[in-house]
Order: sequence, then structure tokens, then C-alpha cells
Amino acid sequence: MAEIKTLSEAVAQLVHDGDSVALEGFTHLIPFAAGHEIIRQGRKNLTLIRMTPDLIYDRMIGAGCASKLVFSWGGNPGVGSLHRMRDALSHGWPVPLKIEEHSHAGMANRYVAGASGLPFGVLRGYAGTDLPAHTDTISTVTCPFTGEQLAAVKALNPDVAVIHAQRADREGNVQLWGITGVQKEAVLAAKRSLVTVEEIVDTLEPVPGAVLLPSWVIDAVALAPGGAKPSYAYGYYERDNAAYKAWDAVSRDRQRFAAWLKELVA
Amino acid sequence: MSEATSEPSVLSEATSEPSVLSEATSEPSVLTETRTARAAQPVAGGEPVLDYTADEMRTVAAARALRDGAVCFVGIGLPSTAANLARRLHAPNLVLIYESGTLDTRPELLPLSIGDGILADSALTVVSVPEVFNYWLQPGRIDVGFLSGAQLDRYGNINTTVIGEYDEPSVRLPGSGGAPEIAASCGEVMIVMRHRLRAFVSGVDFITSLGHGSGPDDRRRLGLTGAGPLRVITDLGVLEPDPETRELTLTGLHPGITVEQVRAETGWPLAISGEPLVPTPAPTTRELELLRSLRTVGQ
Repeated sequence: MAEIKTLSEAVAQLVHDGDSVALEGFTHLIPFAAGHEIIRQGRKNLTLIRMTPDLIYDRMIGAGCASKLVFSWGGNPGVGSLHRMRDALSHGWPVPLKIEEHSHAGMANRYVAGASGLPFGVLRGYAGTDLPAHTDTISTVTCPFTGEQLAAVKALNPDVAVIHAQRADREGNVQLWGITGVQKEAVLAAKRSLVTVEEIVDTLEPVPGAVLLPSWVIDAVALAPGGAKPSYAYGYYERDNAAYKAWDAVSRDRQRFAAWLKELVA
Repeated sequence: MSEATSEPSVLSEATSEPSVLSEATSEPSVLTETRTARAAQPVAGGEPVLDYTADEMRTVAAARALRDGAVCFVGIGLPSTAANLARRLHAPNLVLIYESGTLDTRPELLPLSIGDGILADSALTVVSVPEVFNYWLQPGRIDVGFLSGAQLDRYGNINTTVIGEYDEPSVRLPGSGGAPEIAASCGEVMIVMRHRLRAFVSGVDFITSLGHGSGPDDRRRLGLTGAGPLRVITDLGVLEPDPETRELTLTGLHPGITVEQVRAETGWPLAISGEPLVPTPAPTTRELELLRSLRTVGQ
């Protein structure tokens, strides 16, 4: 059963130095508040897993939380690069960062395999590309029925999954809708999970197309209104595109980033 | 990625800074582009058209290439703009799918990111990310994959990963996103890019998404179901693979562009096929007005 906690308590309990952590949310419902709390609590040596690192991992990497990044598309959507990520990769600043790189389809199937209790996922992917030569969690498997060779990707089973959702009830059942990405798979694949929510309500009214995660697959639910900003929470607030653009200048410059970080942890 | 152009082209296409100016003056949203082809071209019937930029010509040409009713997997930036223009012109039944899981989406404004709320708002349905790749893309349900890239080579292979060596790149690009499997599994691939020498290279530094590999047999040998890149639309002209060798050759020229100009921006000895080259009709007033009326969310 999920316990309803403060965000600070939940991060302290569930996210430890050295953990592999997946903060998911595909453009929508990115758990920024939780990421910021992980920075505030000074976590180090994390393996950060996320299809699109986005600003949230740019910030966590710049703050020195991560020693490894597992990802499939590392840019600032519609704007440009993630400069803190680039700085860590090319200059080891503030700490060296290793990478494990996939495609979106590969990452999605790694989460599916992890959620399904399977050791690997199968897809038609990566054929003829250069990524398998650099990523040892990409391999091939031969179909036992047709003999066809297919791509195999190692299951992802993060120590902790962290997602943001529109709402939970007082039992800790969680409901999210709109673009739902890989959050369901990430939570079910992970050993522990934390969900931040816009609001906690008495009754979860049905919403078309919603994902519902039962309380008993979640460890902690924390109230964090606005916790996906500057990404968005469908039905609550829109994506702050201006903030995504403004981040480019902050991220480009170590000193401006340091000033941003100082303000965050103050 | 489909979301994987190098930053400058995405930047100027989707988020050009003078957006306020654009709003006020109805100027194109590509004011940041340095290369312009502002020669007013007459069209059939003698109707004079508005001046236009090379980027606008490219976007209009790409939009024209999408047939009505096609199911199209759309990358953000240049492909998204062209696909949404096509939907407003000759292809109202174009089915747009974005990798965030929005199926048959009809946004009134252009999204800035692949997962903007406006895509969910206007979609027939929204599916999860594993589902969009596994159920919709992988089995071959998508007719056209619409991609861009930082580097493209003579066989239509796309690089959105690194410039230079993988372990010590001179430029780290965003990476794969959805592009490798879009390039593999769509019925065909259409590529839209700015035609520059640094981007149109003999061989890409890294094959993020396979085009025709190293020649005519590679896709079949690898068991890929889609036909691969059949058309590359740039701001200078149109390239298509040679039927025998699969090397990209010049098949069309935009108005006012010479073969020499295209060759100067191409990193392999560019062959010309289908002579005489097909001249691209200049953008019509309607095409330009619609393109310029497209606004990105939040701008």
C-alpha cells in the first residue's frame, strides 16, 4: 500500500546514493518537483534512466547527482541541446558521466520487459545502425519458430521509479491521463516507486483513456501541486515553452547554472 | 528521433526569435535563415506570387509530397511544419502520428515539442509510447516516415547521434529518439533538411537511422520491411535514390537554383537523373499565406 508522505520524506526514504532511478514522463507530467528534491537532498552517483533526459536530467546532471545516464533522446525539445549533459560528457563537469544509449523503441521495450518480469524485450529495431556496437544492452535473438533474427534489449528494472500524476485518492491509488508515455511500465518495472500528484481527492472520477495504478504497486504518494512545471499536467496547466527556451542560456553557462542551483537549494 | 535535427534548424524553424515581429508584420517565421531566394517567380497563368525564402520553398515542396490519406509518422521541427501545412492544403485526410502516442492528431497550432498538450487535445486517440512503437509503427501500419537529421549521406543514412567519434565526439547530438525504427518500418521515408555541405556528406559519422546502407541489397539483407528513403527535399531541390545503386541523385531543382549550387553543397559527386530535371513550381500565394499563418504553441 502506498503511504502518503511529504515529498521530502518520500525522497529520503526511497532514493539512495548509487541507485538506478527512472524519473519518467514523455514531455508531459515530468516529475520536476521530485527531481529538484533529489538535488536538494544531495544524492550522488545515481544511474539516471529516462527516454528523454529533458531539462530535469540536465539539472540533476549539472548538480552532480549522476554518474551514468541511460537514455534515447537527449535534447531540449524544439529548442536545442542539453548543455549540462554535454558538459558532463565532454569535460566530466561537475563529475564524469557514462552513457548507455538506445532508441525510443528500444527503451520502451526495455521497460515493457521489466514490467513483465522478463529478462529482455524483443523488437524489430537497430538493424544496420551503429548503436549496437556501442551499447552492450542491445543484442539479437533468433525466433524459435521462424528463424528470423530480431533485436533483443535487456530489461530495465530500476531501483526506483518516480512519476508525476494528475491525482491520487486517499488510499494512494493513482490516476493519470493525456500523453501517458511509459510511466505505467516504469512503475511496474521498478523495485520501489514514488508518485507525486497535483491533488489528493476522495474519489477518482473516471477519465477516458486514463492509466490507473493501484496503491499496492506504489510505495509513496506525495502531494506536489505544480510538480511537473515547466512541463505540463494535462487538465491542470500548460507546458511553459518560454521556460524551456530560457533554460538554454542558463544551461550553456556554468556560472549561470551555479546561480540557478544555489537558488534551488537555498 | 524524428525529433532529431541539429539544433540550428530546429531553432530557426520552430522557435525563431522574431516571432513577435512575425506576428506583427506577417513576415515568415524563418527570418533567421541567412540564405534567401527572394526572386519573385511567375506561376502558370502569370499570377505573380509573394517573395519567399529557400526554407519556405523547402517546406512547401515537402508538404506537396504528402498524398492525401497517407498515414504519416511525424518528427518535430521541419517535418511537423510541412505535414501540418499539407493537411491545410491538399491533404485534409492526412493521418498524423507523433511518437508521444497521439494518433490522427489535428493541432490548430504547431507543437513546440513532440508531446505538447495540443497534440493530445486534437488526437483521435492517445496511446502509450510502447504501443505507438510496437502496435502502430513496427507492423508496417505507417505509410510515410518523415525525418530530418544533422548529417545525411549518399545512401540516405541519417546521423543524429555524434559528429566525430562516438566516445569523443566533436559535437554530441540528441541521439536516436524514434528515428531508427521509423526509418526501418515505415512504408517509405521522406527526409527534409537544409542542403549544406557539412550536412550532405559522403558517409555519415554515425548511422543512427539506416537509409539504404551501403547499396541496393542492405535493407533486404537486414530484413527491413520498409522501402527506406525515397525522397530527400531540401531548400535547393529534390534528391531520389538511383533505382539500381540506391545512391541519392538530383531529380528536381527549386526555382532559381542551379545544379552547380547543389553540387557545391553536396559532399559526394552528385549524379543527375531524369534529365531534364523537374523544376519545382514556386510556392503559390495560397501556400505561402497558409505556411505563414502557422503559429507555434506559446508564440
